[in-house]
Amino acid sequence: MKKRILNLAVALGAALLASTQVSASTLDDVKQKGFLQCGVSQGVAGFSIPDAEGKWTGFDVDICRAVAAAIFNDPTKVKFTPLSAKDRFTALQSGEIDLLSRTTTWTMSRDTAMGFMFPATTYYDGQGFMVRKSLGVDSALKLDGAAVCAATGTTTELNLADYFKAHGMKYQGVAIEDSTQLRQAYDEGRCDVLTTEQSILYSQRSSLKQPDDHVVLPEIVSKEPLGPMVRQGDIGWFNIVKWTAFAMLNAEELGITQANVEEMKASTNPEIQRVLGVKNADGTAPGFGPGIGLDEQWAAFIVKGVGNYSEIFERNLGAQSPLKVKRGVNALWKDGGFQYAPPIR
Amino acid sequence: MQALAVVVLLFLFFEVTQNMRSNLSRMNQDFGFAFLSKSAGFDIVQALVPYSTGSSYSRALFVGFLNTLLISALCIVAATFLGFLVGVMRLSKNRLAAGVATLYIEFFRNVPVLLQIFVWYSLVILQILPAPKNALAVFDIAYLSNRGMIMPLPIFGEGAIYGLVGLVSAIVGGLALVFWANYRQNSTGKPFPKFWGSLGLVIVFPFCGLALAGFPITFDVPVRTAFSFSGGLVVVPELMALFLALSIYYATYIAEAVRAGIQAVNHGQTEAAHALGLTRGQTLRKVVIPQAMRVVVPPLISIYLGITKASSLAVAIGYPDLIAIGGTVLNQTGKAIELVSIWMVIYLCISLIMSSLMNWFNNRMKLVER
Ligand SMILES: N[C@@H](CCC(=O)N[C@@H](CS)C(=O)NCC(=O)O)C(=O)O
Repeated sequence: MKKRILNLAVALGAALLASTQVSASTLDDVKQKGFLQCGVSQGVAGFSIPDAEGKWTGFDVDICRAVAAAIFNDPTKVKFTPLSAKDRFTALQSGEIDLLSRTTTWTMSRDTAMGFMFPATTYYDGQGFMVRKSLGVDSALKLDGAAVCAATGTTTELNLADYFKAHGMKYQGVAIEDSTQLRQAYDEGRCDVLTTEQSILYSQRSSLKQPDDHVVLPEIVSKEPLGPMVRQGDIGWFNIVKWTAFAMLNAEELGITQANVEEMKASTNPEIQRVLGVKNADGTAPGFGPGIGLDEQWAAFIVKGVGNYSEIFERNLGAQSPLKVKRGVNALWKDGGFQYAPPIR
Repeated sequence: MQALAVVVLLFLFFEVTQNMRSNLSRMNQDFGFAFLSKSAGFDIVQALVPYSTGSSYSRALFVGFLNTLLISALCIVAATFLGFLVGVMRLSKNRLAAGVATLYIEFFRNVPVLLQIFVWYSLVILQILPAPKNALAVFDIAYLSNRGMIMPLPIFGEGAIYGLVGLVSAIVGGLALVFWANYRQNSTGKPFPKFWGSLGLVIVFPFCGLALAGFPITFDVPVRTAFSFSGGLVVVPELMALFLALSIYYATYIAEAVRAGIQAVNHGQTEAAHALGLTRGQTLRKVVIPQAMRVVVPPLISIYLGITKASSLAVAIGYPDLIAIGGTVLNQTGKAIELVSIWMVIYLCISLIMSSLMNWFNNRMKLVER
């Protein structure tokens, strides 16, 4: 009897130890599992939403796929965990997911005290407001006294408070966790205003009962640099995600696309050769992939798997999508935008 | 043997804390409650105590705690009334009344309560009630719309303290009256209308107190604005939906407990009461219910606890209870372990207090064996 209890206790203790310890190397974990566990949002058209066949699509989703492609040369080796804005941090903190790619704003507290890190800004956004056209409101400064719906646990909620305070206006803040519930509550008239990132507003508007009855106000009231997020304490993993994002931008800059990536390997441009991991005439390899624990051809895998930055953008948010978002500030630096990736060298 | 178990438990506890510490420190995190004094920065749609976006996290949690108490208390009272009514109805000789009660119980008990919350919120309150522009108005001082119920808010000015003094003395007086009436009835058998007597006191005394001070009460009457209303006392739609759903759902359980209780009272008791010349109402109130209570109270305890815990379903529709606000704080600060501990301690305390109150009540109700 005694022995049995002791055995039980030892087994229990071992199980606890094993289950609660977040492994030191996320890359090893992911390789061992054979797939990447990626946290995304629960259904925001353009960013992450399952299509009719249940396949996840969207800009944030493709970032996950790009990381999987870099590791496995196979963009399908991802499992997605849909998370509400409120649950996303606990999921990453507890090790339930390896990477969070979920319209998450890079802020100081998240990047420092909360124990996370932002490898890159994949989408520069800002907070806006949407109202019913019938209200006849044409500026956010005329929203004094309005009821405003926002998602729980977001920067949105905080910016909202700041903006109204700064302009001496009052509001009734209705905070709802689930984004579908939130949209419904606005649609059914619980609030006069829906507020979130402008890009998400357009996406949410497209899912309303009568999209044309609603208008997005011109004001942008905050900076929302959105990007993937990882845990502190694993610099190797941080670098992999960071350089996956940069590889997509560098590929766009160099004109490497999903369609031409194989031909490009024959290019004589040394920059392209470096990015694609092409060996020199003397057989020496550039070595950038191995430098982050990946294959020599990691960047080629990414572009082959999901495309360069521009392709991901246009497919999910831009011209080829129903949302028709313009590149705007998300254009490359060469074209007057903010997207600027350090060189691969 | 027990010592071994204790050792094993201690070892596990030690392992778990060690593990937690090492995992936290790997992410450059630490354990502590200092974050509670930082400012929260988010708005809360319903606050029973003054709260602004500049208030601290602990204040925000306190607001959530009060909101949990509010919804639980409202639902417990309403579900109890409704449950007793339906439970008695179900045993009624009137076939229609009994049928309605059975239908009510079978229907509402078998639809998941979360679904009922959504139906009340999304289908009934938000879509059937009119928008604020077409709000149903009561004498242009109170309005009902899909933004909730808005009523004049009484504001007590200087001198209102006399009203409070009146109320306190009425309660003391009322208790004394009940005590005296019981005593007299026990010794002389003469009944006294103690309920109406003390109710009268509770109304008359505060009124006199306020009259003495010249009625220092003003009303903050809601006024229409471009969007909806400002001022007044607002009952938000989230509270309305949660209140309706939880009260109606849990009333079915209370009704069943009441029915079981009444059926447990020997029929001979009723017949004996009739033979003594008590009316049907008196029989129910003085003979049947007091005995039924012995059977009803234990399940009531767990139903009340169930209501308190179920109030955390509030999250689904954005009613700012302790869990919802705690979740937001967790999200803004990343202090998961700390917040989960706070939740656990508070819910544990509420549960312990409630069950000891009910146990006390139960002991009083018990048959005194002589
Ligand atoms: N950028 C914000 C979060 C923005 C956000 O997540 N907004 C909600 C409002 S619609 C959303 O997209 N939710 C999607 C979902 O829950 O699936 C932050 O980092 O705090």
